[in-house]
Order: sequence, then structure tokens, then C-alpha cells
Amino acid sequence: MKLNKIILSFISALAILFSTSVVSLAKVVGDKIVLGAAISLTGKYSSNGVHTQNGYNMAVDRINSMGGVKVDGKTYKFDIIYYDDESNPKRAAQLAERLISQDGVEFMLGPYSSGLTKAIAPVTEKYGVPMVEANGASRSLFTKGYKYLFAVLAPANLYLDVAIDLAVEKNNGKPVTVAMAFEQDAFSQDVRLGVLDAIKRTGSKKVIDDKLPKELNDMAATLVKVKQMKPDVLVVSGHTKGALTAIRQISEMKVDVPMLAMTHCDAAKLSKQHGKNSQYALCASQWHKTLTYKDNFFKDGMTYDADFTKEFGYAPPYQAAESSAALLVFKDAFERANSFDQKKVRDALAATNMQTFYGNIKFAEGGQNVDKPMVLFQVMCDDAGKCENKVVAPTKWASAKLIHPIPSWSKR
Amino acid sequence: MDFMVFQYPMISVQACLDGVLLGILFALIAYGMALQWGVMNIINIAQGDLVILGGYIAYFMYLYGIHPAWGVIVAPVIMYFVGIAIYKLVINKVVDRDLFISILATFGISILFMQLMNFAFGADVVLANSGYGTTMLFDSNVVLPNSKIFSAFISILFAVCLVIYMKKSKLGRAIRATAQNARAAKILGVDTEKVYAATFGINAALCGVAGALISITFTIHPYMGLPYTIRSFMIVIVAGLGNLPGVAMSGMGLGVFEEFADYILGTEFRIGSVFLLLVLILVYRRFKLSRKREYLK
Repeated sequence: MKLNKIILSFISALAILFSTSVVSLAKVVGDKIVLGAAISLTGKYSSNGVHTQNGYNMAVDRINSMGGVKVDGKTYKFDIIYYDDESNPKRAAQLAERLISQDGVEFMLGPYSSGLTKAIAPVTEKYGVPMVEANGASRSLFTKGYKYLFAVLAPANLYLDVAIDLAVEKNNGKPVTVAMAFEQDAFSQDVRLGVLDAIKRTGSKKVIDDKLPKELNDMAATLVKVKQMKPDVLVVSGHTKGALTAIRQISEMKVDVPMLAMTHCDAAKLSKQHGKNSQYALCASQWHKTLTYKDNFFKDGMTYDADFTKEFGYAPPYQAAESSAALLVFKDAFERANSFDQKKVRDALAATNMQTFYGNIKFAEGGQNVDKPMVLFQVMCDDAGKCENKVVAPTKWASAKLIHPIPSWSKR
Repeated sequence: MDFMVFQYPMISVQACLDGVLLGILFALIAYGMALQWGVMNIINIAQGDLVILGGYIAYFMYLYGIHPAWGVIVAPVIMYFVGIAIYKLVINKVVDRDLFISILATFGISILFMQLMNFAFGADVVLANSGYGTTMLFDSNVVLPNSKIFSAFISILFAVCLVIYMKKSKLGRAIRATAQNARAAKILGVDTEKVYAATFGINAALCGVAGALISITFTIHPYMGLPYTIRSFMIVIVAGLGNLPGVAMSGMGLGVFEEFADYILGTEFRIGSVFLLLVLILVYRRFKLSRKREYLK
């Protein structure tokens, strides 16, 4: 009997402790602005989830150590509550509910991937919680009329259309033939739509339009068709496995194509995993360290790259850089709103017009960033086999000249 | 629908050769499944995950500067013990229960393995480069990566060795005896417990070999196991248990079927077409059985 009482009082003590801790975690407490984020720390997106988290943490530390956020004459520091969404959209939506209704979070940071952002956005919208996200690029996120969603990155349909323009330019302005292989997920299909637009705009022709499955690890059939049809451009997008599989099989099957454009090259560590075989591949990227954008916190891309590498032991992929930028946007918006009222902060976010080390940020009606073009880099290797990604387009940011057409395999 | 594969005869040749080479690799995995299904009456859902684990062994050798081809020797040795461990921990508790229990148990093992691999190796897609180059045939109209040829060759080698081992060795005889009639074998002095453990170990070892080969030819990822389980299940269903030539033939058949489905229907229907084929075969088998029953009446 006595033991039961002890257990009971222990449980109620715990309950009280939890209920108070929930209250103390809420929104803006003391000198802390508490942001919430559901991030994929386990499951299939975990590597990019960790990049995202590292990017957030790096910016939080930096902003806090450089004076924090000044609102209404008082200085606040950022703090983030993380939950692991297990790379599962349903779980992500549940966690967003929990962050908002139980933990009392009033401002959110985005998860990793378009799919998970799509799952969370309706929840943040329902509660009127402003969310700045850095890793959901799918076009459909920005056509739903969400009022509280802001993305610092360029939408997915802008990823590879630059490549088609570039190919046409290299073809003396004449239309080109395009072979496409895209995975069947929201993101890659949006990239595909962008490419289709570019094809239409330039009067080019698509000769192959393959859809790749989720469990893709063999695209030999597509490549055999490419060998047969000899298109001017081959465009591949299927996350990291698409990039890795494409390079492996293109090099093994000696597929010659004048231009090869892809996504997710740096996430796939292409030049590390494939070395010289990945040479000449063109990759769409949201950010590159050599871009000359500047801000007061991270200075510029090169400094960000060095600082990040020092802190986390690996060079930052663009997923980390854009995540850091999300916090700069929040800080800027809080200071301009000069308030923690969600509506005021939302309006301040909508009026954002700033430059960060990651790029210019200005949101369109739908919440996407319209002021930052994508860049294309090309994998270039020296004779010793050391490969580097060099920006080749748009010309304004180029640090190297595009090598075109790609030399045939027999001459490599 | 795209009938390019028939317009260009060289593409057909390419598809057939790719399919056969791929099918031989599938057949190796399926042979392991057929073996332990026949002996222990267990359908191992975790088959594909064992394959992927084998792949990671080769990948880590590659990371540490050892040529991944050595993985076909190291991976089966490690995987054999992994197999024995799984048997001792889980399978021996479900081996004489009904099929449903064992499917649930191996399904659990599959999920556990996926998550553990994700936890230990990360969610990145990885591969091991063999640097084997390419073979060009027919005026370089047909290209075969040497890594695929190597995979098929090693698969055949292992399958042949295993067949000889099953025929000649004492353990092989014991395994075959247990497969025919476990109770009788036990009465005649065969330690069936040991036989079961060894069978599961051998199956895991075969998966290890296949995994190492897959890391050389394709890519590996913690969640990529299931398609391999399904393919081997399908091959075994078509070939029947304990029918090695059948397994080899249906493996190659499946490989060629997949390649053609890929060309004609599109890559997105590749795995889907395997499922469809599985359903068709099951329906056909049922149809045939019911006809037989009518004769008996």
C-alpha cells in the first residue's frame, strides 16, 4: 500500500514537472525566442536532416554570440526545440501539432525535403505560425496560397532550366534535343516541369522522357536509349541515388553526351565517390561558396565554408547554407516587426528584402524566394584526379569557363 | 509504351545480355532463399536486408583501401556468423511454428536491420568502385560493364561450389535429409538444430556474396533490401524448392523480363512489372492446380 502511494506521488510529481516545463518552453521566455523544428534525424533523409540541423545550429550560435535579436529595446537569444520526424510526413505533421499546441512554439523552422514541408505547412497555416523553411523547393508549396510559409530557396522548377538555356546558347542559339530521366517524386517532377518549360521556350525537342522509380539503382535502359538517340543534353534528377547511379553507369557504358546536367551532386559527394568519372557533369545548386554575396554574420561564402568546416568537420553542402540563412531571415524580420506578434512578424517576413551570404532574399506572394537565381557548377578535375566544383553559370557568378561539349570517353 | 527495343536489334541484344547477367545474380540470392525455405519452411523477408548488409561490408573494405572484389570472400564469412546469430536469437524459436509466425518474425528482423544499418552507416546512397572497365561487343553497339560480368561469374562459381558441397559433404547430406523429412532425419541421428543453424548461415553467406557484388555493380542504401526479397521470392515460387537449374533459369528469365519491361513500359514500372508477374504466376498456378483437382474427381 505504502509503495503504491510512493509510486503515485512520484508519478504526479513527474506530471507537475512536465506541465511546468511545457509552460517554460513556450514561445518567447525571458530572453529567449524559442523556435520549433521537426527534422529528419533518422530515416532515409537523415544525412540531409543533419546538414539542416547543423546549418540551423551554426546560425543560432553565431547570431547569439554577435548580440542576438533586438526587439523593443531588449536583446533576445534564439533557441530551437528539435524533434526527430523519422523522415516520415505523418510523423512530421504530428510533431508540428505538438510543437505548436503543447510546447507553445509560435515560430517554426522548416524540415528537410519538399515532402515533409508539404506535410507541415497545413498545420502551421492552421495555427497562423510563421514558418521559414530552407529545404522544401517543390513548386506546389507555393501555389496553395499559404500565408505563413516562407522559403529562402529558389523553387524546384528553376533548378535545371538554366542548363537548357546554356545548351541552346552553346548551340549558337539553335534549339537542342533533350533526354530526360526524372524520379517520380514531387521534387524531381517539379524540376522536370521547369525543364519542359525551358524546352518549350527555346523551341527544343525532348527525345527521351523516362521516369525513374523510387528504388532506383539501375538506369542502363535509359542510357542505352541515350546512346541510340544521341541527344545534345541529358538531364537527370533523382536525389543522391540518381546522381550516383547515372555517373556510374554513364562511365561504365561509355555514354557520350555533349552536356550532362543533374541535381544533388554535392549531397551525393559525387566527386569523392566517383572521382574523375564525374568530371564535366553540370550540377544545379542553390548555393556555392565562391558566390560573392555578403552579410554581417557569416561575412561571405568562403568564410562560411571555412567556419562550418571547422565546427562540423566537413564542407557545408548547400542544404546547410540555406538553413543558416533561414535564421538570418527570422532575425531580420523580428527586428523590423519590433514585436513578437505572429501577424506582425508574418508581415515583416513578407516584406523581407535583404542580402545574406547565401544570396538575396525577397519573397513572392506564394512565399518562394524570387531574388536568388540557381547556379550551375561543373565538376572539374586536375591530372592528379582531384576534383572541384566550379561555378560556370550564370555568367555573373562564374569562376570558370564551361567545358562544352564533354570530350568523348575514347579521348579521356 | 515504347517499342524502341524492337526497332533496334542491338538494343534487344543489350537487354537480353543485361538481363541474363542480372538474373544470375538474382538467382544466387533466390538459391539461398530456396535452400532455407526448403529445409526450415521459413520465408525470409529479411533476405534483401542481409544482401544490403553484405554490400556494406564490401563498401567498408573499399573505404579502407581494399579492393571491393575481396568482399566476395570476406562478406560471406562475416555474414555466415551473422546468420548463425540471427538463427540462435530468433529463428530457432519460430522454426517449427506456422508460416505466418515466421513471416512476422523475419519481417521484424528486416525492419530492425534497416534501422540499424541506417543508424550505423547513415542514409547516404553508397557504392564501391571496382575500376573494372567495360567490354564492347558488336562494333561497340552493345556495352557490358565488366563488373556485371564479374558478378555473374562469381555467382555461378558460388552456386556450383555449393551444389558440390551439398552433394559430397556430410553436412550437405544432413541438410538434404532434413529437407526431405526433418523428423526421420532426427531419428536417424541428424542434429537438426545444427543443420538449421548451418542452413541459415549458408543463406546469409550467399546474401553476403550477392551484396558485395551489388555494391560493385549498382548502389546500396539501408532501405533498398525489399526489392531483392521480392525478386528472390518470385524466382523461388516459379522454380519450386530444391530445384537449382530451375532457380537459375527463372532468375535469368526474370532478369530479361525486367529489362524488357524497363524498355517497353518505362523504368518506373520495372519493379511494378515484377509484382504483376508474381500475381499472374500465382493465379496461373492456382488455375492449374484446380484443373488437376477436377481430373481427380
